[in-house]
Amino acid sequence: MDVKMWTYLIVGLTFALYIGIAIWSRAGSTKEFYVAGGGVSPLANGMATAADWMSAASFISMAGIISFAGYDGAVYLMGWTGGYVLLALLLAPYLRKFGKFTVPDFIGDRYYSNTARTVAVICALIVSFTYVAGQMRGVGLVFSRFLEISIEWGVVVGMVIVFFYAVLGGMKGITYTQVAQYCVLIFAYMVPAIFISLALTGNAFPQIGFGSTLNDGSGVYLLDKLDGLNQELGFAAYTDGTKSMVDVFAITFALMVGTAGLPHVIVRFFTVPKVKDARQSAGYALLFIAILYTTAPAVAAFARTNMINTVSNKEYATMPEWFKKWELTKLIKFEDKNGDGKIQYLKDKETNELTVDNDIMVLANPEIAGLPNWVIALVAAGGLAAALSTAAGLLLVISTSISHDLIKKQLNPNISEKNELLWARIAAGLAIVIAGYFGINPPGFVAAVVALAFGLAAASFFPAIILGIFSKRMNMQGAVAGMIVGITLMIFYMLKFKFGIFDGGKDAVAGLAKSWWFGISPEGFGTVAMLANFAVAWAVSFMTPPPPAHVQQIVEDIRIPRGAGEAHAH
Amino acid sequence: MSNKNLKDYWKRNLLYLVILLSIWFLCSYGAGIIWKDSLDSIRFGGFKLGFWFAQQGSIYVFCILIFVYVWLMNKLDKEYDVHED
Repeated sequence: MDVKMWTYLIVGLTFALYIGIAIWSRAGSTKEFYVAGGGVSPLANGMATAADWMSAASFISMAGIISFAGYDGAVYLMGWTGGYVLLALLLAPYLRKFGKFTVPDFIGDRYYSNTARTVAVICALIVSFTYVAGQMRGVGLVFSRFLEISIEWGVVVGMVIVFFYAVLGGMKGITYTQVAQYCVLIFAYMVPAIFISLALTGNAFPQIGFGSTLNDGSGVYLLDKLDGLNQELGFAAYTDGTKSMVDVFAITFALMVGTAGLPHVIVRFFTVPKVKDARQSAGYALLFIAILYTTAPAVAAFARTNMINTVSNKEYATMPEWFKKWELTKLIKFEDKNGDGKIQYLKDKETNELTVDNDIMVLANPEIAGLPNWVIALVAAGGLAAALSTAAGLLLVISTSISHDLIKKQLNPNISEKNELLWARIAAGLAIVIAGYFGINPPGFVAAVVALAFGLAAASFFPAIILGIFSKRMNMQGAVAGMIVGITLMIFYMLKFKFGIFDGGKDAVAGLAKSWWFGISPEGFGTVAMLANFAVAWAVSFMTPPPPAHVQQIVEDIRIPRGAGEAHAH
Repeated sequence: MSNKNLKDYWKRNLLYLVILLSIWFLCSYGAGIIWKDSLDSIRFGGFKLGFWFAQQGSIYVFCILIFVYVWLMNKLDKEYDVHED
């Protein structure tokens, strides 16, 4: 069977599975729609969280980025896993004990203010929308390459599927489809990784093969070989990287803190029955994530070795079939600058003849390594599972923000349960249409903003939540001032150094790198903005009266596990 | 539960957090970033140690830290009789 048939078969089967689960787990109440009834087991929630969290970016792009960045790729590996330690130790158990439906719920109640609630809703919407557009784009990319239909139709098919289970099932449907999606995506990631590890190093565990000698009888370690290849072509040694230490530090920190502040991740911990379960399921979630995250750097190193060996200084005419196929998608571009018919892949921009997009490293990896057709199809299904599961989680946050935090809590507190549920479904449906539109017509800034979404979450939510739990003295004035200063500073820095708004637009951006504050890139600036948020919140809170007694009682109450019961609305 | 007990419980919790987060910091920001270059002179197999911490080791440590925390807190909850069941 050819790749296309296999892809239709495997993708079709997985989609049938997701729809089957959606029909089986329809939501009947707002509680089921928002938090899956609060009865999800910690293990299932761990899997669902892992799928929720690992997006198209983790599955498709991350290994590719690491492959080109070498050591510097560690910012993503540590940044996107270390945040779970913060989540488990500092946030999840207390928010579970608090027991409401959403993050703006916590901010609004803890800071006894609808202003704080509204600021939180706006932050949640900004973060979630930028993120979800990227997922839809990922769906389109996979469809267009593997099923050879246009990106537009790919996005539409993806929208229909997500619509089906997110709108019908709410959190309940999403949770159980995410469990299935985790299984699909991890299987799809590991199978080619194990094949390639065996082929290159003879070791079945990619995590160990990564540090083993090559299988070619030379006795050279894979990483030493790769350092050498990189340097020959003018790149930095693979294990060294090029970013400054302070920037690596700041980016890693911003990603960790941002992860812990992402509403679609936090809300998953409202779905388990007890505080104990919230702690435990954060552990399971990280364990399931770690399987992919420890494999990704190995895949990155394997892929780069394979790629350089396949293309560097080889005749263009002898390139394998996958090379031509990916050229059609314009993700590989070859320009024979010196007219010798060979491919020169070099660091130097003047003489380099090959550009390779980050995204194809994982998608094309099985083809580059010559793996069987069904493995290639499996990777397509895995990429779709990763993109759809994250999209669904984000859409739920968007719909909850509107039906619960805006309509129920602010505009119309007397709304009936049935109407609130209807609004949640309408909001989810609308959000899917908007996300799909951005998937088909991606504004140029989407890719850039997704990375910065973490900075925004770090600069806004994280300090407000932490202070709300760990400081009884923190009051509304402090928290609101902190969030506003943090997010404003972050947006200002982003506009100045990422988009060059104040210095003549996009073209000025490269030249501005020299004037970064403290040598920190916009991606890492969330760390600075977060510190500013903490400092302002602290200073303002001491100049204004302490929070009322009943709020201090809430803080006392969330610190002990007993009496968590189920998540409730009031 | 009395106020005194609640305070003690919270203090012990904070102590666990400080210890666990110090380890969290040392193995990621410490071994993987700040001391990366000097640790790289130590090798095991094909890995340079600093590089390994940055791309593998710190993730393993993160997992272990969360499960240790779960275990410590479950014990603490029982000790102070604030557990849920």
